[in-house]
Amino acid sequence: MCTVCGCGEADQHHHAHAHDSGHEHTHDHGHDHGHHHHHHGQGAAGLSIDGLSQERIVRIEQDILGRNDAHARGNRQFFESHGILAVNLLSSPGSGKTTLLERSIADLKERFDVSVIEGDQQTENDAERIRATGVPVLQINTGKGCHLDAHMIGHGVQDLKPADYGILFIENVGNLVCPAMFDLGEAARVVILSVTEGEDKPLKYPDMFHRADMVLINKIDLLPYLRFDLERCIGYLQQVNPEVETIRVSATTGDGMDQWYGWLERRRKALLAERLAGLERQAAAIRAQI
Amino acid sequence: MHELSLCQGIIDILETEASKQHFARVRKVRLLVGPLAGVDRATLSFGFDAVSRDTIAEGAELEFIDTPGLAWCFTCDRTVEIAHYYDPCPACGGHRLKVTGGEEFRILDLEVE
Repeated sequence: MCTVCGCGEADQHHHAHAHDSGHEHTHDHGHDHGHHHHHHGQGAAGLSIDGLSQERIVRIEQDILGRNDAHARGNRQFFESHGILAVNLLSSPGSGKTTLLERSIADLKERFDVSVIEGDQQTENDAERIRATGVPVLQINTGKGCHLDAHMIGHGVQDLKPADYGILFIENVGNLVCPAMFDLGEAARVVILSVTEGEDKPLKYPDMFHRADMVLINKIDLLPYLRFDLERCIGYLQQVNPEVETIRVSATTGDGMDQWYGWLERRRKALLAERLAGLERQAAAIRAQI
Repeated sequence: MHELSLCQGIIDILETEASKQHFARVRKVRLLVGPLAGVDRATLSFGFDAVSRDTIAEGAELEFIDTPGLAWCFTCDRTVEIAHYYDPCPACGGHRLKVTGGEEFRILDLEVE
C-alpha cells in the first residue's frame, strides 16, 4: 500500500475499481463499502425490490476536485518542508518545452540539485532527452489521461526522491486545457508560449493563462520570420491575468534565459527564506519551553 | 477530456457518501458550476454516462446550478460580473480585475433512494 494516500496502487491514479473489491482509497469511510449497491442490481431502471426504496435528498457540498486538492496540499507541504522549489511547466505540444528544459538544466545543474518529472501520454522520449543531461528524471505516462494530477506527483516524488533544497521541474502533458484545473502542489506555474503559435492563445485558453505565475514567450529568435504581434500577445495575457510576469526567451540562442534563471533563483530564495522563518519560529517556541 | 477524470471524482464522492449516508442508488446529482470553472457541461454529462455505468449512479441525471462569475474591479472599487477571464469590467471597460467568484465546481446535493 502506498504511504501517500493508502491507495494500494504503486503508480496508477485511476480508481476504476470493482464495487466488491476491498480496495479502499479514502481514509474516512466505513468498512461496509460495497454492500449497498448490490441489492438493487437491476440496472438502470433501479426498481425497488425489497420495498426499502425511499427517495430523499442528501446534502453533500463537496468540491469535486477536493481529493486532488488534498493531495496537492500534501505535496506542497512536502516540497516546502524539504526546501524544494517545484515548478509546473505547462504548454501546448511543440512549444519547445523540453528543449527549454534541457537548456535550463544544463545551465543550472552545477548550482542546484535539479530533478525532473516528465508527464506524457506515451513514450519515454522526453525522459531520455532529460536523462542525457545527467539529472534524476522520472517519466509518468498518463496513458489515456490528458494531464498530471496531484496523486501521481505524490507517488512520483516518492520514487524520484528529489534532493532537498533543489529545483524540481514537472513537465506537464502538452495541453493548454486539462492541466489548468489540477493543482499539483507546485510553488509556481510556468506556461510556455512560443511565437510560432497564435498571439491570441491567452484568449483561447484563458483558464490556463489565468492561473499562470509566469509566461515564457519562447522562440523569439524566429520573430523576424513571423507575423506575431508580441505587444498584442502580452496585452491579451494581461487581459486574462493582470498580475502575470513574462520573459521573452529563446531556448535555442539563449536569449532571455538568464532572466528566467534569475526569476527561478528569486523564487527559490523566497521559498527557503519562508522555510527558515518557520523553523526559527518553531525554535523560539521550543526555546521558550526550556 | 479532463471531464472524464472529473466524472470519476464525482463517482468516488458518491460511493464514499453512499456508505456513510446509507443509500443504494443515486437518481440525480446537483452540481454548482461557475462559468470560470473550466468545465464543459455537455462533455461532463457525456462522460458521466460512460463513467457511471455499473455504479450506484448509473442512469443518474446531472443537474447544473448556475453561479455568477464575479470579480473585484480595482478601478471602480466594486464587485462586477464577468463571464470569462478575458472580459473587461462592464462598468469601466478596464482589466484590473481580481476574480472572486465563478470558479466553483461542487456537488451540492443528491437525490437518492
